Amino acid sequence: MSGAGPPEPARRVRVTSPRRGAARRGPARPVTTEIDEQTGLGEVYMAALMRAQLRLSVSVLVAAAVLLATLPVLFLVIPATREVRIWLVPLPWLLLGVLVYPAVALAARYYVRHAEAIERDFADLVDVGEPDEWT
Amino acid sequence: MNPSFGVVAITLVCVVTLGVGALGLRLSRTTSDFYVASRAVSPRWNASAIGGEYLSAASFLGVAGLVYSLGADMLWFPVGYTMGYLVLLVLVAAPLRRSGAYTLPDFAETRLESMPVRRLCSLLVVSIGWLYLLPQFQGAGIALTAVTGAPSWVGGLIVAVVVIANVVAGGMRSITLVQAMQYWLKLTAISIPVFVLLWLWLRHGAPQPNVPATGLPQERHDWSRPLSGFGGRDHPVYAMYSTLLALCFGTMGLPHVVVRFYTNPDGRAARQTTLVVVGLLGLFYVFTPVYGVLGRVYLPSLPQGVSADSVVLMLPTAISPGVLGELLSALLAGGAFAAFLSTASGLTISVAGVLNQDLLHPWISARTGGDSVAVQGFRVAAVGAVLVPYAVSQLSVSVGLADSVGLAFAVAASTFCPLLVLGVWWRGLSTAGAATGLVTGGLLAMSAVLVTVAGGVRGGWVGALLAQPAAWTVPIAFLVTVMVSLATPSRIPKGTARTMVRLHTPEDLALNRSPG
Repeated sequence: MSGAGPPEPARRVRVTSPRRGAARRGPARPVTTEIDEQTGLGEVYMAALMRAQLRLSVSVLVAAAVLLATLPVLFLVIPATREVRIWLVPLPWLLLGVLVYPAVALAARYYVRHAEAIERDFADLVDVGEPDEWT
Repeated sequence: MNPSFGVVAITLVCVVTLGVGALGLRLSRTTSDFYVASRAVSPRWNASAIGGEYLSAASFLGVAGLVYSLGADMLWFPVGYTMGYLVLLVLVAAPLRRSGAYTLPDFAETRLESMPVRRLCSLLVVSIGWLYLLPQFQGAGIALTAVTGAPSWVGGLIVAVVVIANVVAGGMRSITLVQAMQYWLKLTAISIPVFVLLWLWLRHGAPQPNVPATGLPQERHDWSRPLSGFGGRDHPVYAMYSTLLALCFGTMGLPHVVVRFYTNPDGRAARQTTLVVVGLLGLFYVFTPVYGVLGRVYLPSLPQGVSADSVVLMLPTAISPGVLGELLSALLAGGAFAAFLSTASGLTISVAGVLNQDLLHPWISARTGGDSVAVQGFRVAAVGAVLVPYAVSQLSVSVGLADSVGLAFAVAASTFCPLLVLGVWWRGLSTAGAATGLVTGGLLAMSAVLVTVAGGVRGGWVGALLAQPAAWTVPIAFLVTVMVSLATPSRIPKGTARTMVRLHTPEDLALNRSPG
């Protein structure tokens, strides 16, 4: 995860097992194996990933839908908005003909950035590789 | 109008299209080259190619025609065309790429592990593809008639021949190159005249749109006002929302769009590509409505029998009779032909791919004992994929270009949208649910389309519901898919969990992505 930061040696405490004679535990299983073998733990990781992705998708969609759906409502409820002119162009034409497009592009960019962040976090979580990093 | 400039422009576009196609010919040798350009296409090229393929007759001529004849509400068409890619990006872009599917039937087979569902999808791909090809041929006819006065069947035939030659000879690799080039050609062709024409318009003292009174007293200015029902359409609010729904959710189900996602190297690139596409489309659509508005200023009424879809091509000479107008008109005609050629090529590739894989190839293999050359089948299929809709386009009653494209979107939104969205996000989707949903959505939307195209019901609520069916067919299709899936949990594909891993995890993670 991104919040780990550089290790601080001063605060490191050596933890030793009270049962030194006991057999050492084998290497921890990487999460990828859990997912591959479709264990309960693997399913939990997958469900979390999909939930995060879906939440992002739905929120972008809802935001876009609310924005678009309110335009006609605005024109219907406040008819004066249909008459406003900016320079020579009526406001509805300016909104629907020009300003919509940068807004959609911004929404798309927002989505792409956050979708990639979700996948990076997932990759960090799953790919923690060598078991001794777990301490 | 002096036809020579227009003829030169159209010939040039056709020759360049064939020439660039021939360049890619040496590179396409094997079947995988043919279908997906060996998946070695960078996001920017890919995005230009998607833009080139997507901006069809409906975008280039139809939007201006609609704005001209029906006014402000029609601005929702280009907004919907662009929004469709946002919806696609957000819901299915990366998973679709990660599924490894070439085509929609491939996706259905991967996800649902069922041949019957695959065949249903093949049938739908061919139907939607043909429905979408019709207006391309009609548009070519309209454009050629407007520029040269040739009979309307000639334009469609030119497009049909060039597309067949290109697809049969080069396959996808050349098409990717051609498509990418087409986008920039179309953008140039649509934007340069806008600047010149707007400048002339300002010099004329910026006259306001002139809408002939239709008899009803207060209707005179309603053309420029949203939701006024100008043009005699009943229930404009319903029609607008329903159209928007069809465009937003139909894009992901268009056969030529999905194929493009496979040419991305991975899911992340698929997202980047889609993001660029949204920008490219927005850039293009800012220009198109201007033609409709200026058309209202300079062409207050069209000659009898001339389609509103030719407003774009008639405008330059109406504003500036003489060489300047004719040059601009020729540029627009070239751009319009680029639009017909690119969209028709993309659709042909997908329809031919499906026809070949699911119909022709099994049939040929059965005859020859399995050692036929796959590429031959693809070529035969490509010819069929073009000729059938061309023949129909010569028969059918002409609905407006953007309207008939809208119907293709409605069918796609009522069938493939539930399949893709639920397939990607819902583990509970069962084979039976998907099949019932496809059949229900397909039958409902198709019947509405057929009744509308045949001119069955006009006006009133029934007419509005049939002309813009998406608002009721899409929810019904979703509902049926979900209900039947819930009722048949035993028909949930066994490999669903593994497929979900494949669809949703980044490719660079060392996970087992094998099917099953």
